[in-house]
Amino acid sequence: MLGLNKKDTSLFLIVVALTVFAPFILNPFPVGSDLAQFNAGYPDLMQRFLIFGIFAIGFNILFGLTGYLSFGHAAFLGVGSYAGVWMMKLLTMNVVPAILVSVVVAGLFSLLVGWISLRRSGIYFSILTLAFAQMSFALAYSVLTPITGGETGLQLSLSDPRVFGVSATPQGSIPLTNFFGLEMRDSAELALGGWLFTFNAGYYLCAVLMLAAFYVAIRIFRSPFGMMLKAVKSNQQRMQYTGLNPKPYTLAAFVISGMYAGLAGGLMVSMDPLAGAERMFWTASGEVVLMTILGGAGTLIGPVLGAGFIKYMENIVSKINEGILHTWFGFLPDGLEDFVVAVFYPFVGKGWHLTLGIMFMLVVIFLPGGIVEGGQRIARLFRRRPARAHERSVGAPSSSAAE
Amino acid sequence: MDAIILQVLNGLDKGSAYALIALGLTLIFGTLGVVNFAHGALFMLGAFCAVTLSRLLAISHETADPTRTDFLGNPLKVQTPYVEEWFGPEIGGTIVEWSVPLGILFAIPIMIAVGLAMERGLIRYFYKRPHADQILVTFGLAIVLQEVIKYFFGANPIPTPAPPALVGSLDFGVMIGFDPGSIIYPYWRLIYFVFAAILIAAVFAFLQFTTFGMVVRAGMADRETVGLLGIDIDKRFTIMFAIAAVVAGLAGVMYAPINSPNYHMGMDFLVLSFVVVVVGGMGSLGGAVLAGFLLGVLESFASMPQVTNVVPGINQIVIYLVAIIILLTRPRGLLGRKGVME
Amino acid sequence: MGILEVKNVNKSFGGLKALREVNLDVAEGSVHAIIGPNGAGKSTLLNTLIAKLTPDTGSVTFDGRPLIGMTPHQINQIGVARVFQTPEIFGELSLLENVMIPAFARRDGAFGLHAWNQVVAERDIRDRAMSLLADLKLDGKAHVEAQHLSRGDKRRLELAMCLVQEPKLLLLDEPTAGMSRADTNRTIELLKEIAKRGITMVVIEHDMHVVFSLAQKISVLAQGAIIAEDLPENIKGNPKVQEAYLGGAHL
Repeated sequence: MLGLNKKDTSLFLIVVALTVFAPFILNPFPVGSDLAQFNAGYPDLMQRFLIFGIFAIGFNILFGLTGYLSFGHAAFLGVGSYAGVWMMKLLTMNVVPAILVSVVVAGLFSLLVGWISLRRSGIYFSILTLAFAQMSFALAYSVLTPITGGETGLQLSLSDPRVFGVSATPQGSIPLTNFFGLEMRDSAELALGGWLFTFNAGYYLCAVLMLAAFYVAIRIFRSPFGMMLKAVKSNQQRMQYTGLNPKPYTLAAFVISGMYAGLAGGLMVSMDPLAGAERMFWTASGEVVLMTILGGAGTLIGPVLGAGFIKYMENIVSKINEGILHTWFGFLPDGLEDFVVAVFYPFVGKGWHLTLGIMFMLVVIFLPGGIVEGGQRIARLFRRRPARAHERSVGAPSSSAAE
Repeated sequence: MDAIILQVLNGLDKGSAYALIALGLTLIFGTLGVVNFAHGALFMLGAFCAVTLSRLLAISHETADPTRTDFLGNPLKVQTPYVEEWFGPEIGGTIVEWSVPLGILFAIPIMIAVGLAMERGLIRYFYKRPHADQILVTFGLAIVLQEVIKYFFGANPIPTPAPPALVGSLDFGVMIGFDPGSIIYPYWRLIYFVFAAILIAAVFAFLQFTTFGMVVRAGMADRETVGLLGIDIDKRFTIMFAIAAVVAGLAGVMYAPINSPNYHMGMDFLVLSFVVVVVGGMGSLGGAVLAGFLLGVLESFASMPQVTNVVPGINQIVIYLVAIIILLTRPRGLLGRKGVME
Repeated sequence: MGILEVKNVNKSFGGLKALREVNLDVAEGSVHAIIGPNGAGKSTLLNTLIAKLTPDTGSVTFDGRPLIGMTPHQINQIGVARVFQTPEIFGELSLLENVMIPAFARRDGAFGLHAWNQVVAERDIRDRAMSLLADLKLDGKAHVEAQHLSRGDKRRLELAMCLVQEPKLLLLDEPTAGMSRADTNRTIELLKEIAKRGITMVVIEHDMHVVFSLAQKISVLAQGAIIAEDLPENIKGNPKVQEAYLGGAHL
């Protein structure tokens, strides 16, 4: 289907199904129940899953395929979101031009940064991208304040021209972002028994774009171009003596991943029209690296899983407070309860970053292939047992690896 | 002229910190071949050693001061640090005031322990892994360390003053024939610079004049050959890691009065120190020190109003800009050797 | 006039003169061996041919075009392929992909943004790669990651990667180093086959058995200079060559 092989088609269809039905899947607990805090099926969070999914998918095209570790990708997301807000200030609140311009501007910026940074490889490349991102961050905070809004961030205002729209609604407020009239904030709610499901217009716009981005990534992975990118990672010397020029390949991957970041930035401001410099800070770049690694760099589905996992954990873990911990461990004797709560307390709520850092280390140490590799290991564990039984009864089949 | 000298002096203290951190980074990279993103956290830990010691020394209990009375005529209750009780108010008071310099003694064993624990417990498993993995795992460790500090010390900067005797400024201008007050330089910053210079000299002397240092330098140049000589190079490299940790830690201890320590100061310095290492030349100790001071001074010049009026915002980006230019024109950095990380 | 001409090439590293006034004239369709004791400058010479090193003076022309100043991929694109002393392959990719990549490079040039085509749809490339793997008896392992191959198989894979490009000139740096006698003989047969297809070959080799089975012409390099260039049968009796090889014990 769509020019994909059978395996990729089923993977794509699974992702489509998960995305479409996410409002159900992510809301497994009835409203008001103790476990409702683990629900993730509300628009704001679901949008973030998809937006960071796009960001990580794009980052993976660069890092997963070519092995070039960029530590400055958040800059492209930041630039994209500034461009998006400007479109809304100048042109219209329709998100289409905002998103398009975000992608183009981020693409151009990444072309510039990539063209310079890719003259070096390895750690030098990482430092160069980091330097560019930090420069962008510092400039956005200081000199470029007229364009970026400085510390307060870039916001819409009632005095914006909005040539193809209105500066203010008849009620005197700032108009809302929309897709040809469909407001991103619009939601339909469905109450079934104790459950409440929300279907948000903005979420489904993100979903369509994320699925498109995912599809494009699959095509790239399976194309001769993707093969060349893997060759860049594997052996650049051989590549050159094979008559291939690694530079333009790597630069193309860099720009594509920069455009993905721009798309993520554009979508971010389409959902919530506000852009701030902190989105470009290097820890934000570190976060997308973490998502990709955690999910599984170089795999198709890994970055999506990683982004979802981290955004979910961030949201849930940082909401847990001491009171919640006490209700959880309330069944324990008092002294023990206090002790257990004290042990867990540093890791939840404001301590989310501590949990994140520990997860980061554990993954890099024990599971360099991320969640996908973990899943494969578990799957192999289950598959091996029946396979052995089979071997015994039929006699050893030839063990040539027929993957 | 006096303005230029003032900027040079202003750049020296920050440059000293860059140089010390970059020196440790280079030592670790040159010996162990590891890109340590947690090195900034060691600097931060050092600063918090100073904070911890000043808090420990200030632990006090309530005593009655018979010489003074409260409004009811009872002896006034005051908080007296134990230290003052043990050593008498005179010496004890001085000890409390001098907590930052004393922090050096306090920090050395702690930093050695942290360094050894880090190397033996984590880093050594990453010698053979790709640089990307090393960056990522130490990045994770840096997050963990700073979050732990944030948990115990809070998110706000903690003012940690220098000893009162060393607060105040030197009228440097008068000493070299300018108008009084033209070049005012705080004593502590001068001390920091001198301290950093001594520390750097000590590290270089150690590497240059001891057998241990000679082996380490040989190992930096060609690890395998040294290994073939039957020398246990790994053990020495572990010790070098601890030394690098101590250097970063002491840089942090002494920096506490200049900038009140906060949990993310390590990360702030780390990014810049990496840039410094790259500018100096990966694996070149002299380059790291030189680039540290150069960039510190350069940053200070770039923040002069005369400069920022012409090129606004240049002070924010000058270091990165220089790094980009150097990397593109001299890929091996200022003093980099051939064959390191290419 | 040969297909590859090296004229008065000099190259020094610091004070060491690695190549002095080297001249080489390789006839089209021939197998030309370069022999010489260790450190004679054989690999240096080969590296100047593929732009891995730039000679200090002198010229290298291939097919009438000067090679000096070209980048490695440009040199390959005009028809020069190289097998390295330690096999340079794409370790993490399958054998099939290893051979398809050079095939793409031959068809599409140094860079092509084929991000929308599917590799599986590129039947012709795939078939050619497969048949070449079959020629080299590697087709059974087409989907194995190349890094898991034995050293001998890696060398054959690298050869396949060069052959799929149908180069005009094939440079081989000790193609049988570290191989067993049987493997060496098999490689000799293979190289003879390739020579029959009219591909010009320049071979650096220590093993005289290989050299004399293959070469139509031999150049002897000693201390960076060509001391003899002749037909194989004449080389054996050349006193200069015997001297270079310490009394000629090897010959």
